[in-house]
Amino acid sequence: MSKQAIDLTPQPNFRQVLQPTPFHQRMVEHCPIQNWMSWNGYQTPRVCDQLASEYFAIRSTCSVMDLTPMEKYRIIGPDAVKFLNRLVTRDISGLKPGRVTYVIWCNDEGKVLDDGTLFHLEQGDYRLCAQHHQLDWLLLSSLGMDVSIEEETHNIAALSVQGPTSFSVLSAAGLQGLDTLKPFGICQSVLHGFDVTISRTGFTGDLGYELWVDPSNGLALWDAIFMLKDNGLFDIRTIGLSALEMVRIEAGFIMPGDDFNTAESTIRADHDRSPYELGLGWLVDFDKPYFTGKRALIHEYSQPIARRLVKLQVEGNKPPADSFLYDGKGGRRIGTIKSHSWSPILKTNVCMADIEYRNGLPPGEIWAEIYYQKELEWRATWAKCSVSEKPFWVHPRRLATPPQAF
Amino acid sequence: MEKYDAIIIGAGHNGLTNAAFLAKAGLDVVVLEKNNYVGGATASLELYEGWKYSNCSYVCSLFRPEIYQALDLGRHGLEVVPLQGSVSLMQNGDHFGSYHQSEVRRREIMRHSKRDADAAIRFDADLMKWCRLIRGFLLRTPPDPASFRMRDAMEFAHLLKRFYSLTESQIYEFIRFFTMSIAEYLEQYFESDIILAHFSGGSIIGTGLGVYSPGTAYVLLHHAMGDVDGNVGSWGFARGGMGSVSQAIASSFQSFGGKIRTNAEVQQIAVKGRKATGVVLASGEEVSAKVVVSNLDAKRTFLNVMDANDVPDDLLHRAKNFKIRGSSGKVNIALDGMPEFPAIPSGSPLTLGHMHFTDSLERLERAFDDWKDDRWSADPYVDMVIPTQYDPTMSPPGKHMMSVFVQYCPAEVEGGWTDAKRDAFGATVIDQIADYSPNFKDLILHAEIRTPRELEAEVGLTEGNIFQGELTLDQLMFNRPFPGYAQYRGPVKNMYMCSSSNHPGGGVMGAPGANSAREILLDLGKTDTTPEDFGDD
Repeated sequence: MSKQAIDLTPQPNFRQVLQPTPFHQRMVEHCPIQNWMSWNGYQTPRVCDQLASEYFAIRSTCSVMDLTPMEKYRIIGPDAVKFLNRLVTRDISGLKPGRVTYVIWCNDEGKVLDDGTLFHLEQGDYRLCAQHHQLDWLLLSSLGMDVSIEEETHNIAALSVQGPTSFSVLSAAGLQGLDTLKPFGICQSVLHGFDVTISRTGFTGDLGYELWVDPSNGLALWDAIFMLKDNGLFDIRTIGLSALEMVRIEAGFIMPGDDFNTAESTIRADHDRSPYELGLGWLVDFDKPYFTGKRALIHEYSQPIARRLVKLQVEGNKPPADSFLYDGKGGRRIGTIKSHSWSPILKTNVCMADIEYRNGLPPGEIWAEIYYQKELEWRATWAKCSVSEKPFWVHPRRLATPPQAF
Repeated sequence: MEKYDAIIIGAGHNGLTNAAFLAKAGLDVVVLEKNNYVGGATASLELYEGWKYSNCSYVCSLFRPEIYQALDLGRHGLEVVPLQGSVSLMQNGDHFGSYHQSEVRRREIMRHSKRDADAAIRFDADLMKWCRLIRGFLLRTPPDPASFRMRDAMEFAHLLKRFYSLTESQIYEFIRFFTMSIAEYLEQYFESDIILAHFSGGSIIGTGLGVYSPGTAYVLLHHAMGDVDGNVGSWGFARGGMGSVSQAIASSFQSFGGKIRTNAEVQQIAVKGRKATGVVLASGEEVSAKVVVSNLDAKRTFLNVMDANDVPDDLLHRAKNFKIRGSSGKVNIALDGMPEFPAIPSGSPLTLGHMHFTDSLERLERAFDDWKDDRWSADPYVDMVIPTQYDPTMSPPGKHMMSVFVQYCPAEVEGGWTDAKRDAFGATVIDQIADYSPNFKDLILHAEIRTPRELEAEVGLTEGNIFQGELTLDQLMFNRPFPGYAQYRGPVKNMYMCSSSNHPGGGVMGAPGANSAREILLDLGKTDTTPEDFGDD
């Protein structure tokens, strides 16, 4: 047996199951309760300090979330547009450099693999941000195309700064160009000598930005922001994924893997979902050239819809966790709640729910059967539900350019 | 002359399982075993003082939890502890560690190929689709597709219904899956040599086929469809070795009033007027029973313990041609301490799981080439475990027991097996391990080396085949062991089969034993004591 010395790339540290992000040593200081969870293998706070204050940081002041674990892919090359347009369901050929758009992509059966945001950084240079690991699918889809696809999750440090004062905070921190940056726009700024890419994007339905830097500048970016809090100018709080879950449901954003099974990891037939079944038919463009899933989606479009993921408001104050849904109180079972949150700003339960349609029509009156606990005693109740076609909550300041101070 | 309701020939785990369900239904049952211990290939013997080996089978995953529950095996002493992860050590000094923590495992795959880390998600989901489909058939009697009996038609309809619960593309994929080689199958997902080699090992275990032979993809499924407490694909150690499985079933059986006779080798099944009436032992003693159940493999059942005059010609012909090629060996080693593996980071959990030393499909295929030429593999594929890292009962504290499953080792070598050749086979295996563990050889206190010759002579597995017949499509489901004989009923009345030669095959599942008991109880008009499948949905 030959035993040549070879250069072994660093082996994973099995004692550190969850990977730290470039912001970890700062984040730890903001997480006194040490309530961590895995987000794509990274050590991520579920809650940093107190859920309610984190929620209101997003809705009332300024929140900071470590976005580094989000899957990021760099797509460059002469065929980049051709590749992306074949991958996703909407036509992205009109996406100009410096702009971002929301996309979904499907398998050949027209079932959704994942969703994400597509950044056109510079002419022919794209970044695709995804919820789940997609490198295998992206490479499979790029056969025969002159395009380079690199996974760069760990090479970019990202912070999401969201909330009414996010514009004021980031401007005060020294970032330039924010006053003219429109929603879904990208701009470049220099902060203390390093480059920051800024996008006016987020998952909160509110004013907010995402900041992208080289990992070596992560702590400097963090410090530039939190110095303003230390100086007493703004309240700025780190948030965990639980607070994000609350606001994303309020804002009507779906979460692949939680609200529906992503097609690649689905085992049982009919447990995956098409764009139409997710209420994302508006993202499907039959006018552009062939894209993956088009044939199946054209067929599905001609049929009455069988089920829908809907935004569902549930009356009362009992949490409809995992509740069954019925057509009429005590009627036929038609679905389940997939994710839910109490909305502190609306004082109601807001949910994502998967419900069956009949003959292409939604059920008449939806009721939820809710099991809840009081002092270890389980109780059951019924609550009336209403479907909301619009997001439960968005604030006009999300779109104002230049943004308001708060 | 002793008289029983039922005689079971062979106290392997399936024979004991079968016997336990019959006894639970109130029958007077005896199990006759040629050896002086129970368990057959599911045994833990002390061959070196202070050490117990899992002499044949060594890990547990496929054993049906429904049987475990129904026979109350936990209270009869069985514990199956999940083992953690696996590792393949590479010739260049590197390794691939399939850590039990999914996050670490993913990063480790990424170290070898970023793409493969993502492809593993697709691979796992696809394999789980086939697992889910096939698991539902393990505790069912296969329908006879050529029969027009209502029960067969209903069961066949059930099978088709399950099959058509797949989507169109899944149906195509599933059909391909059964006929593909593991190499072709995995190459649809992975690009890295070491990942391909690591994931393909389970496809050749116990099989006279190579990684490029059609049909090996299914063998992977056979090794992945089990579970430990719902974790499908996981394997576990039976505390006290695999003998604990058969001991617990034996204890359960005895609690229902069953009787076990060891040193009682059956020479022949007695048949009168096309009905089995009992058995004749090697000692000449006759034992009579209303029902005779053979837990021997199909060759032994129809060619050894049945008189050729009692067996129809077509069945004799099929039994002679039954594919039961020996391809594996086993080396069990008592160690004076824990061997060191310098390639693995210090304190790593990777020694807790399956360990392998083959890092490419090419080396796996070369190992198969040796077998085809009637030689044991010069560079074999081994599945090595050191259960005493968890199990305090199999070696003194600080000492260890190592179980090394070896693929390939032929049933016949040129000039025939001798003790010297057996020891040379053992030395080949020990040398391979020692290449990766400098202190290994110095720690060896005792080794039990078993080629197919020993497995056949000592355990009674024809050609030493661990599955009692190969797991290829022509010998699965309603083809196992033979078309027309897949419902556990023999060629004469009152005679049944319950060994792993029958559906759903080997791997210490207990399912053939339970399924056979269900058919016997049905024929006798007794209450069915066998459990229903828990179901995955």
